[in-house]
Amino acid sequence: MRLAVNATRMQLLRLRKRLAIVRRGHKLLKDKQDAMMRQFMELVKSVKGMRARVEDQLQAAFQSFLLARSTMPDQLVEEAICMPGMRLSLKVGQRQIMNVRVPVLKPIVEGSIRCYGFVGTSGDLDISLRFLGGVLEQSLKLAEAEKTMQLLADDIEKTRRRVNALEYTLIPDLIETIRYITMKLSEMERSNLSRLMRIKNIIRAEE
Amino acid sequence: MNMFNIAVIGDRDSILCFRAVGVSVFPTTDDEQAKKIFQKLTRDDYAVIFVTEQLAAGLDEQIQKVAFQPLPSVVLIPNSKGSLGFGMGRIREIVKKAVGADILADEEEG
Repeated sequence: MRLAVNATRMQLLRLRKRLAIVRRGHKLLKDKQDAMMRQFMELVKSVKGMRARVEDQLQAAFQSFLLARSTMPDQLVEEAICMPGMRLSLKVGQRQIMNVRVPVLKPIVEGSIRCYGFVGTSGDLDISLRFLGGVLEQSLKLAEAEKTMQLLADDIEKTRRRVNALEYTLIPDLIETIRYITMKLSEMERSNLSRLMRIKNIIRAEE
Repeated sequence: MNMFNIAVIGDRDSILCFRAVGVSVFPTTDDEQAKKIFQKLTRDDYAVIFVTEQLAAGLDEQIQKVAFQPLPSVVLIPNSKGSLGFGMGRIREIVKKAVGADILADEEEG
């Protein structure tokens, strides 16, 4: 669609300048999109592997915990677990990928996993809980990676929209308007010229 | 840098063990209750919330709401009965959104 501007030389110059800027912006955004996409695909690959691994290991951890539980009375398990000696918290930092802010999670462990006495609890419980601790660490990495992936995906989509808006709307519009103004101006010039010639002829005829 | 916590929502049998490793545990099997817990957790300072896939279906709306905020990160985990494949499905959704095509589907078939 043609832009709503007056067909003047002034506008023509302005539009030409604008087209140059828009083209440059489009190229930059396109480069950004490509770079983000490359990083995103790498991330997706690693997240997929990570998730498969974490899911498997969590399953295994649940299984071993269930087994350990079955060897001792329920109440004892609850007692052993209900006052955890270990506290896991997260320090959250920030990092930028292609201008997208993503969180960085750093687990901080206080205390030890085994907080219960030796009496009454089976060794299996110790083993299964230690294993779970390891899995949890991986799960947190997965949490960070999935979040990063999500935020990156959101930004890629936004950038893609911008690139497309420039490429398929703004740039064609500008080109069309510039052509229209050029045509209009040369048409005006021609009509002016022929008018002058005609007037000249009339004046000459009267002399 | 602030300190944040980790939470797990899921059925009791599956997630009880998380309590021993210092994670806050919120056992529930009811969708409505899970929604309430989830909403409370997103307001508190929890950076990572693990949700079992069994509950995730009912929480979809809430999860989508926080999906594009920097925190918290919601991670779907299988429960003790097995994986439903929602976690992988979600990755595929994200890729579809970013790329504009379901490129992972081809990979798996081919």
